[in-house]
Amino acid sequence: MARMKFICDTERCIECNGCVTACKNEHEVPWGVNRRRVVTINDGEIGAEKSISVACMHCSDAPCMAVCPVDCFYKTGEGVVLHNKDTCIGCGYCSYACPFGAPQFPSQGTFGMRGKMDKCTFCAGGPEEHGSQAEFEKYGRNRLAEGKLPSCAEMCSTKALLAGDGDVVSDIFRNRVTHRQSNGKAAGGDVFGWGTAYGVPKKDAAPASGAKS
Amino acid sequence: MKILVTLLWVLFLVACSEKVQNIGTSKNVDLPAYMGAKNNYVEKNWTPGDKISWEAQLKSRAKGQDEYTRVE
Repeated sequence: MARMKFICDTERCIECNGCVTACKNEHEVPWGVNRRRVVTINDGEIGAEKSISVACMHCSDAPCMAVCPVDCFYKTGEGVVLHNKDTCIGCGYCSYACPFGAPQFPSQGTFGMRGKMDKCTFCAGGPEEHGSQAEFEKYGRNRLAEGKLPSCAEMCSTKALLAGDGDVVSDIFRNRVTHRQSNGKAAGGDVFGWGTAYGVPKKDAAPASGAKS
Repeated sequence: MKILVTLLWVLFLVACSEKVQNIGTSKNVDLPAYMGAKNNYVEKNWTPGDKISWEAQLKSRAKGQDEYTRVE
């Protein structure tokens, strides 16, 4: 069984926000809700600027699922983390638990200032009938059930954002890194994290005075 | 007499039962994606309901993201 995953190649992302636009358009996401966004660090610093497209990472051990008091989350056979908006109470616990800021809360709706949670579905809809109008209105398009991959990745102009079976996308990424290395370019083999963003600290560096241990 | 006692015990113990009061469900109530969507946008290269063909379709679609194999 395929395990659906996203990978964003920071050596390729050009911060065009095409993925954000594709997502917004595909699912008719309301104003104020961003299921996907592009984060840029070291903005303007030549050689150090990096951008990454972030959304729900469909974690294998999802913290949002663990903290939800009404147990509205579920996982599909492909490892996609989805939720049932009929059960969600919009408490926001998932938002505090998620390290990627994926859960979003619309400012208009049933609960006034904070509606029911909305997040990236890996274009897999929700528990409603696949491809139905009810599913579209609550969760957006169900592209997986149409035999397609998420719109954000398929629209990515530089193919920085990859989506699909974890084995396939990691093969593609590995192949790129190998090509870059053989061409003497920056390999960019590290998947985006603290080290990519801020550099790896020297092992023998003394901690700053007053720093907490 | 025996039947009467049994019935009395059943009536006595019926209060011990309890309804399930879970507010939500973590059960996956969704149909698998390979069952297909009921709209006109389904790709033609696979058969809805056939898991193997759906997986092959998504795999070929994912491989399409690799321009190294597309240009070779």
